[in-house]
Amino acid sequence: MEPSTQKLIHTFGALADLGQEVASAGDFSEMVRTSMHLLLGTLALRRGVVAECSSSGALNCVAVWGLREDLLSALSITDDERKELLESPKPALLVDETSSRFLGRYSEGLLDEGLELAVPMIVRDELTGFVLLGGKASGEGFSAEDFETIRAMVRHIGVGIHTHRLVEQVARRAEENRRLYEELRAIYRDTVRAFAAAIDIKDKYTQGHSERVGRYSEIIARELGWSEDEVEGIQIAGYLHDVGKLVVDRNIINAPYHIDAKQSSELNRHPAAGYEILLPINHPYADIPLMAKYHHERLDGRGYPDGLVDEQIPLGAKIVALADSFDAMTTDRPYRRRRTFADVVRDLRESSGTQFDGKVVIAFARAILKEVTGETKERRVIKMLGKGYLEGEEVPTLLADLIAELSEKQTSAVSG
Amino acid sequence: MDISSVSDVKSHCVGTTAVVYASDYLNKLTGEKIERECRRQLAQGCRALVIDFADTQLVNSIGISILLGIIDVAEKNKAQVVFADVNNQTVELFDMLGLTRHVALAKDEQEALLTLSTTVSGFDSTPTVH
Repeated sequence: MEPSTQKLIHTFGALADLGQEVASAGDFSEMVRTSMHLLLGTLALRRGVVAECSSSGALNCVAVWGLREDLLSALSITDDERKELLESPKPALLVDETSSRFLGRYSEGLLDEGLELAVPMIVRDELTGFVLLGGKASGEGFSAEDFETIRAMVRHIGVGIHTHRLVEQVARRAEENRRLYEELRAIYRDTVRAFAAAIDIKDKYTQGHSERVGRYSEIIARELGWSEDEVEGIQIAGYLHDVGKLVVDRNIINAPYHIDAKQSSELNRHPAAGYEILLPINHPYADIPLMAKYHHERLDGRGYPDGLVDEQIPLGAKIVALADSFDAMTTDRPYRRRRTFADVVRDLRESSGTQFDGKVVIAFARAILKEVTGETKERRVIKMLGKGYLEGEEVPTLLADLIAELSEKQTSAVSG
Repeated sequence: MDISSVSDVKSHCVGTTAVVYASDYLNKLTGEKIERECRRQLAQGCRALVIDFADTQLVNSIGISILLGIIDVAEKNKAQVVFADVNNQTVELFDMLGLTRHVALAKDEQEALLTLSTTVSGFDSTPTVH
């Protein structure tokens, strides 16, 4: 084979390997090191350095072969020198001190280390770094052909480094955006909680109600296996379910006795009013306005505002409905004391399938049972209900029986 | 003759000479293993290296760069390097790139050892196991 043909095959092979290496998504330092080996091996050069150039002008060795690792640690390039190199980005022999001011400053030291050639890496009009090369093993000088090969390969390496920087930048920005998004969500949650407190202030008898409904809803959704995002959404829906009460007369909300039909009709406007208030807001969670609108719907169609039946009611609204009623039953009102837990369980049993969805009641009962039996370390429901409320010996049995009975009902409904 | 295998690279010692066997394709992976083995042998006191290319069909650019690195390390340790049983195509490549200016070529391992016995002072042909 003619030597020139042999050389061409060797060079093309190296270029193909280099292209593959630069495009690989592997370790950055390893990519640069391998790329440098490919370049050195193509022309049989005995030493070489690939150095990155930072925005401050400092040079940082990414790969070194046949030289000390800290060779370039004291080197830096000024803005003027950078401009000069960008205008004339050719490989330069270090013996030619006039090639550039930057190389002129350091050429003597670099020649002493056995380096002969400096090639700036310029990608998209930006000085990415330098490749510094030692002499050929053959002892011959660099030919015009060698310069072309070196330029092409250095350009490949420069693109690899540039791409790596871009990927790093994108990853940094993505992380920044993720943090900003998390902060925004936290601000949104805090705002909603403050808003919920404001809603409850209007009703002097139900302070903390919206907060508790939000938490109960979250507990039920988690027990139903909802995703973290969905759980957050239902919690927000719970906080905001009574927002429509803001448009209801304060005297009706705070009436210390049973209200009449007209007042009741006025009060019953609040789910639809809440929907109107929440609809124009761009919530980060789905269906919050609908959950507020339908939290007084019942499975048997006797609820309001639209008299929807079972499947027509979104599951989220069914959860908020149960959480809302549970809180109403377990807190004191102006015209009655809160009910005993046994009484609440009886009500839940009787209302499952008519007012409440059995699956939702089962999930809530299971979550409470886990707390009272110590299956979970969480004490959230226990804390919200206050000391003593769930301490009776009969509580676990009441819950277990409720779960068993409703589960059987569910099974027979499916098989029937 | 006892041949040991450290990190998949076969090698053995003949006195103060280490014979290291290159694989069928000398690329990054196999080249780095050979380099490590050569460095290990030099660190253990070998004064000459024979790299046997009998099984080697191809040497790529990274292989060349790594071989130059081995030559460098050997020179720093004042050790000689002989390439043995190199196929014609690879000899042409080594010639073209100037590697043959720094190493001797031998027809086979025996010839390499014989060459070294005449040039390396204190050459001992007793096989040793490392």
